[in-house]
Amino acid sequence: METLVSDVKQELPTDSMAVLTADPMIPEPFRVVQRKPETEDTFTLVLERAQSDRPFEFQPGQFNMLYVFGVGEVPISISGDPAQPQRLVHTIRAVGTVTRAMQKLRKGAIVGVRGPFGRGWPVLEAQQQDVVIVAGGIGLAPLRPALYHILRHRDAYGRVVLLYGARTPEDILYIKELEKWRGRFDMEVKVTVDRALGDWHGHVGVVTQLIPKTSFDPQNAIAMICGPEIMMRFTIYELQRSGMPNDRIYVSMERNMKCAIGFCGHCQYGPKFICKDGPVFRYTEIENLFGIREI
Amino acid sequence: MENLDVVLKKHPFFEGMSEEHIRFIAGCAANEVYKNGDYLFRDGESADKFYFIRHGHVALELHAPERGVLTIQTLGEGDVLGWSWLIPPYKWHFDARAMTLTRVLALDGKCLRKKCETDYQLGYELMKRIAHIMEERLHATRLQLLDMYGVHA
Repeated sequence: METLVSDVKQELPTDSMAVLTADPMIPEPFRVVQRKPETEDTFTLVLERAQSDRPFEFQPGQFNMLYVFGVGEVPISISGDPAQPQRLVHTIRAVGTVTRAMQKLRKGAIVGVRGPFGRGWPVLEAQQQDVVIVAGGIGLAPLRPALYHILRHRDAYGRVVLLYGARTPEDILYIKELEKWRGRFDMEVKVTVDRALGDWHGHVGVVTQLIPKTSFDPQNAIAMICGPEIMMRFTIYELQRSGMPNDRIYVSMERNMKCAIGFCGHCQYGPKFICKDGPVFRYTEIENLFGIREI
Repeated sequence: MENLDVVLKKHPFFEGMSEEHIRFIAGCAANEVYKNGDYLFRDGESADKFYFIRHGHVALELHAPERGVLTIQTLGEGDVLGWSWLIPPYKWHFDARAMTLTRVLALDGKCLRKKCETDYQLGYELMKRIAHIMEERLHATRLQLLDMYGVHA
């Protein structure tokens, strides 16, 4: 059945602040329902509201502030399905004090959640066009909600391409889902790793090298990129070489977010605040800032 | 069946090259087929050919003591494989193994080298194109070396 544009619009909150019903600075208690290891240093936390069963609506690409009581608070992108708002899903890499503490949380533990914050992926603007999703490392996590949305409304989009680069085969996130998506006839999935031993049968090379080998109409496509900044920079360069205009490229930026509502200035990026104006930006909004070392 | 010069002309590598040069290069070309697991060449062997992959995938590999076989890069349909035929001492520095049934167009590097010594225009056209591939591979290698997805990322 064909998905109507108007139907799709109705399912997503249109204003990120509109879904914040309480004081955005006060964390709400959520219970850990599941902690699932993804790779050696990455895991997924599934959370549910501890005091109500109200759905947690969000836009693909938005983030939450997760608080481990007595340890600290960190911004984490939402990586679950926006159509399943009863469960809040985050995929987290254990790299600092707070995220390492999260890695040790057991089922039933309580964490504080503030959010959702920020501007998400342009899943509505991308309708009737090809969608090129380029993810690097844990950058696949913030893009997964966009993929869920696009695949749920598959008829509303043109070609759908997912290009994913990881460090090694052991670092690939969501392997089962990637296999499932690759088995679909209505999307193109290419995975590559930067290094591998001889028993790996997939691509070896950087993710940017996959772009020239992918079919999409650069003049009628939207690109969504998330990964380390250097990977995004060279992905943009490769997309430009393919003929894609800058205003069709979207990137998700990462900075040190603290208040998440544009007050504290920790995540200031030139005249922008990543927490409020981003984390997803159209490339033309930030191209003059992109790559400046001091910012 | 398509003549080899027609096949070559369609490949982006030869874009802008004269008919005469393409015809000459086609005279140095032959179709080859490799089964999954076959080696196109091995580390240390004479580099007398280079390849255009028409179908399939090829892994470029190095063997490191105590680490086993390391895959440096994989190449697929449309990719050009090898430039050691152009640079002394004309030896391969890694293994190239077919990962699937692979069909290639193999070009006789010795024959081309000889021709390039007398036809500088052909030599320049080939060098320009090989330099472009080298630049792309060097660039990709630098990104791989950065370990972009490491803990510091």
